[in-house]
Amino acid sequence: MRPFEYIQAAEPAQAVAIVTADPDADYLAGGTTQLDLMLKDGILSPGRLVDVTRLPLKWITADAGAIRVGATTTMEELAADPAVSARLPFVREALLLSASVQLRNMATIGGNLMQRTRCRYFRDPAVEACNKRRPGTGCAAVTGPARMHAILGASKNCIALNASDLAVPLVALDTIVHILGPAGVRRVPLTEFYLEPGNTPDVENVLVHGELITEIEIPLLRAGARSAYLKVRDRTSYEFALASAAVAVVVEDKVIRDARIGLGGVGTVPWRAWDAERVLRDAPASDATFRDAAEAAVRDPFTVPGTAFKVELAKRTLVRALHTVTEVTP
Amino acid sequence: MSNVDNDRQGAIPEVAVTMRINGKSQRLQTDARVTLLDALRDRLGLTGTKKGCDQGACGACTVLVDGRRVLSCLTLAAKCDGREVLTIEGLASDGGRHPLQDAFIRHDAFQCGYCTPGQIMSAVGLLGEGRADSDEDIREFMSGNICRCGAYSNIVGAIREVAARGGA
Repeated sequence: MRPFEYIQAAEPAQAVAIVTADPDADYLAGGTTQLDLMLKDGILSPGRLVDVTRLPLKWITADAGAIRVGATTTMEELAADPAVSARLPFVREALLLSASVQLRNMATIGGNLMQRTRCRYFRDPAVEACNKRRPGTGCAAVTGPARMHAILGASKNCIALNASDLAVPLVALDTIVHILGPAGVRRVPLTEFYLEPGNTPDVENVLVHGELITEIEIPLLRAGARSAYLKVRDRTSYEFALASAAVAVVVEDKVIRDARIGLGGVGTVPWRAWDAERVLRDAPASDATFRDAAEAAVRDPFTVPGTAFKVELAKRTLVRALHTVTEVTP
Repeated sequence: MSNVDNDRQGAIPEVAVTMRINGKSQRLQTDARVTLLDALRDRLGLTGTKKGCDQGACGACTVLVDGRRVLSCLTLAAKCDGREVLTIEGLASDGGRHPLQDAFIRHDAFQCGYCTPGQIMSAVGLLGEGRADSDEDIREFMSGNICRCGAYSNIVGAIREVAARGGA
């Protein structure tokens, strides 16, 4: 592994100045993905690491409209927050179904949004073909054994999955990301933060080098909304999702008045199921409606033999989550 | 915390780290790449903390930093400057074993024993978090600690017993 210099920044602007000025520098937060990729796999090799975890970016505040979370708040800290439990229960569920307590004590909210894919081909330096790691070399996952891979937003260029659980309810909620750069702060909706791989799988989000996530702003659910996060995986705990659904609905007189849907375990980016929301809105809360919504959610998937099962699994996961949250029995 | 070498053309960058480990202040001058796990085992002779997968998947390297359980294999030693670290060696007090250590022995909560320090340190964290109310919760919130011998049922039993007595 390449040697690197380690720096603790005192202020966000100082951290941004250091990384912006050095193309070889990168941020370090909890390190639970980054150090793995650096120390163990040699996939990342920055020459300078700026530790952001002692920056004054650790806070959670709530007002009538939103919960604001400093970027270095840990996943465990956010899960323990009373306002999150009361007003955004599916965010709490997604946090507590992520990783393990040890990892959640280390991992930050900003870092969670920046986590790299778990694609085994991306993480294996012996694999030649990886458009994300080495643009133009192809995608070994499309032709090799695949399972923990994406079916939505995917193509023959890249099927690497975004494995964040937290980001799934956050995209459904229209979370806003505050990004600090040399010229100041800009605010980007999380639904526009991630970029589908297209022809440039190496470009994963809208950040330019040196920009730092300082805060996320999570709009609260409408009064009367009910939410749930359902995660389906190969073992009961401490495992990534094969498919997951974050759903929040408002039902009045057995009619769905509002619906927000995110899907996990299936997308190259945390997936907002806009078409499914349109099917649900102002429709009767019924099994038939839920199935129509699921069809709309997983339209035009890109599958390989190892991921074909996810089409049906994602639909059933969403349908079950909708049954749970509406208490409409099948 | 000081950056001893800012010249990347020169020697390998080092960091100076002062940690309080098991109640005792320790100062280290080390390559910035060294993990807390390797610093504990190779520099400080604290080999109770185990290196299992060394990539954040098994929990054998679990220690407490400032009272919270973390994975020492994915923590840079440099990050721990000024922090309080508790390892399995620091768990006993006044020469007596920690109640969890006794319970693990009584319940035969291990076979090969390699995951055991991590299991016990994780369980110390669990009790501190107040999350050992049921077997289901113990299983869920201990899921970051893998035991390939499969001693899980006895591990849960040991933790349940200590939790029922009001923790540590």
